[in-house]
Amino acid sequence: MKKNEVPQDKSNLESANFKELCYAVDENGEYTTELSTGWSPKTIALNNAIEALNERISASKQRVKDHKVSPLEYYMELHKMDLPILASYVGIWKWRVKRHFRPAVFKNLNNKTLQKYADVFDITIEELQRTDL
Amino acid sequence: MEIDFKHKQAAHCENGVVANLMTYNGFTVSEPMVFGIGSGLLFTYIPFLKVNHAPVVSYRAMPGIIFTRFATRVGIKIKREKFRNAQTAKARLDENLQRNNPVGLQVGVYNLPYFPDEYRFHFNAHNMVVYGKRDGIYLISDPVMETVTSLTEKELEKVRFAKGAFAPKGHIYYPTAFPKELHLEKAIVKGIKHTCRDMLAPVPVVGVKGIRKIAKLIRKWPKAKGTKIANHYLGQIVRMQEEIGTGGGGFRYIYAAFLQEAGKLLTNNQLLELSKEMTLIGDQWRDFAVEASRIYKNRSNSVAVDQYDHVATLLEDIANKEEVFFKKLKKAI
Repeated sequence: MKKNEVPQDKSNLESANFKELCYAVDENGEYTTELSTGWSPKTIALNNAIEALNERISASKQRVKDHKVSPLEYYMELHKMDLPILASYVGIWKWRVKRHFRPAVFKNLNNKTLQKYADVFDITIEELQRTDL
Repeated sequence: MEIDFKHKQAAHCENGVVANLMTYNGFTVSEPMVFGIGSGLLFTYIPFLKVNHAPVVSYRAMPGIIFTRFATRVGIKIKREKFRNAQTAKARLDENLQRNNPVGLQVGVYNLPYFPDEYRFHFNAHNMVVYGKRDGIYLISDPVMETVTSLTEKELEKVRFAKGAFAPKGHIYYPTAFPKELHLEKAIVKGIKHTCRDMLAPVPVVGVKGIRKIAKLIRKWPKAKGTKIANHYLGQIVRMQEEIGTGGGGFRYIYAAFLQEAGKLLTNNQLLELSKEMTLIGDQWRDFAVEASRIYKNRSNSVAVDQYDHVATLLEDIANKEEVFFKKLKKAI
């Protein structure tokens, strides 16, 4: 990549006033660095990934409303987590977390366990229990 | 207290931290030099593991290992500590700052407030330097940022004790002993040999063979998983290749910069030629990203299967080029 070819496309970096460093070759064939504001191929990839995440979140929201899963699953998706990550944050085994996704099991959780989840998601127990998201 | 620490932006966080810490201690080493001596370049496909619901490929060596290799090869001693308890972790960090010792930290990205929202994923192998504390606020030099930043005690604790894969556990590290003079020549040879060995390894998921394996998978995905998932997977590969920290082209440009610097230092003209060749290979990786983005740009489900074959062919071509390249590099050193 030549120094003047370092892409300066519009990207999500702009909002945070953030530029990334790229390595490129100058006119004399010497390596140097140049700041880049972004590059379309990866901006598209990132946007697609975010869109896929949002789809997961809204699908989960619907499942909570239909009382198919507990709100835990929704908050997990909202925080871009998956089961292993959530399990390690609350310090509860994966199979137990998965069980807590069942509305019937979730209903009977004691306050101590609920508090653990609420702390991870940074909300109150009351908010965690609401199913009208 | 505030330590007089010179922040220099880098492409990749780990090399950047090492280069900045070395500069602070009076040894000027460039980022590509750290990357090359630490044998950072790699390609691996990690089967059975999924991140963000997609398969994982890596263009670099495991987190932390670049610094370890760099240190042993140039004769530096590093101290590393991990903690169970957030209080001891904080106390140990403060102690070091009190002694005017800037330390490297491993942190999780998800809770970093100065990162753009879109970039905050559960990724735990980010590195930064803490170089001071003023009124309970930690002064941070994050190598991927243009300037220095700061974090409150609570924010820093959160990122130091992020959970999930590669959980940092408050990991801090800093160099403790240095040689009188830095002799890079032998270290460079060792670093290059190691990279050649990795890239030509007779393991189906590593190096050149790993690239071929991914090419094969790309051909399979649209039929086996449907185009929607195939596109998601393809997007993930491009993100790993081009995301912040790679310097472009899946670290190939940084490596070319290293070969150029090494060639001058060792007065080895072959390395200078190979650096040019590596740049061209990097360009090919960029072309692959452009072609792949054409596929996943429209998220519809009607993508012709031969387009996937086309990008897979590009990858196979890269694999062939890299195989020849690393065989030549091995002989050149």
